Amino acid sequence: MIQIEGVSHRYGDRAVLSDINLSLVEDRIGVIGANGSGKSTLARLLNGLVVPSAGRVLVDGMDTARDGAGVRRKVGFVFSDPDAQIVMPTVAEDVAFSLRRQGLGKPEVAERVRDILVPFGLGGYEDHPAHLLSSGQKQLLALASVLVTEPEVLVCDEPTTLLDLRNSRHVTDLLGNLPQRVVLVTHDLELLQGWQRVLVINEGRVAADGPAEQSISYYQTLMGAGRPC
Amino acid sequence: MLTSAYQPGISLLHRSGAGVKLLGLLIFSSVLVVLQSPGTVLVSSLLVVGLYGIGGFGVRTLAAQVWPLRWIVLLLLPFQWWTAGWQVAVTVVGTLVVAVVGAGLISLTTRVTDLLDVITRLLQPFRSIGVDPERVALLLALTIRAIPVIAGTMQEARDARRARGLERSTRALVTPIVVRTIRHADRVGDALAARGIDD
Repeated sequence: MIQIEGVSHRYGDRAVLSDINLSLVEDRIGVIGANGSGKSTLARLLNGLVVPSAGRVLVDGMDTARDGAGVRRKVGFVFSDPDAQIVMPTVAEDVAFSLRRQGLGKPEVAERVRDILVPFGLGGYEDHPAHLLSSGQKQLLALASVLVTEPEVLVCDEPTTLLDLRNSRHVTDLLGNLPQRVVLVTHDLELLQGWQRVLVINEGRVAADGPAEQSISYYQTLMGAGRPC
Repeated sequence: MLTSAYQPGISLLHRSGAGVKLLGLLIFSSVLVVLQSPGTVLVSSLLVVGLYGIGGFGVRTLAAQVWPLRWIVLLLLPFQWWTAGWQVAVTVVGTLVVAVVGAGLISLTTRVTDLLDVITRLLQPFRSIGVDPERVALLLALTIRAIPVIAGTMQEARDARRARGLERSTRALVTPIVVRTIRHADRVGDALAARGIDD
């Protein structure tokens, strides 16, 4: 369970989150909000990438401020730009890189890499240069590289932003079928249809919190859907 | 380029350990430098060509390793010939080309991860003076990875400059490259932290 208790966060003088209290227990949680609303900061709080200026975030009882490494073993994170997440020159090497500090033998690493690449449609691409993959494949590789460590929770910050419709749907389907708890930050409201819980973040506060249909409807009203702003 | 040089295979060279290959390259290069002569260049050239054959690589792959050196060869060869004679010119330029092409063979037959493992092992004794071998390996991996990213950024900046009709503007080229490279470094740092790689 992820517990957010009285969390506020500031970047310099600018307050981005104010007095957030949440208990995240559902398997599928969406986070939506306008640009600059604080939703990405909220996502980053969940695996200790950002430590709150006030309050605390607990993941299964571990405080992200005190035990960031332990939290990150439980909570994986996927960003919108896969190019920034891919570290190694080839596909298999990048996935294996995530396992580098787990003390596994080479055969076990190779087996786990093989096992994770197949469902992501990257079987046969093991020795392919990672930077020559398509954008969709890169995002799938970034996902695989995180999931190979078997986190209990996956936080995704706009993972489909740079993808075309087909790749976006592929990533969404994969996220929907993962055994992990998924927290998805997105602007694509369609992705969240049927999700158990969707949070609407507005000006650093939780403006709505409920089932997808209810929260999305609130958000569309809030944004004045159809009108450019 | 090292970033995409590895070509999978099952040859003896592919199956040999990265440490053995690096040691072999060190001995080979040392012999080349110590026994400097046109004869040594000829023999070592034949050896390298033979090793490319053993690795399963054809003339095209071999030529691709030599091609990036063309300007150095074209400038250095006539200069050395003019100042020191043909024997020195052939020896100096030949040694350089054979050593680089020999090193290329390691890139072609060895995964970067395996090279990093060797570097990590070699650096273990330096832990006592505060060197973190894993961190050095990570630094090298990031440097290698940055090459195609920065090359891509440069290409996009060039295209953007042309699209705005500013072909001659250095600022229009350098500013976006610097800004995007710094931003990329920031994002990579976040991604590494998120993957728990530097915990």
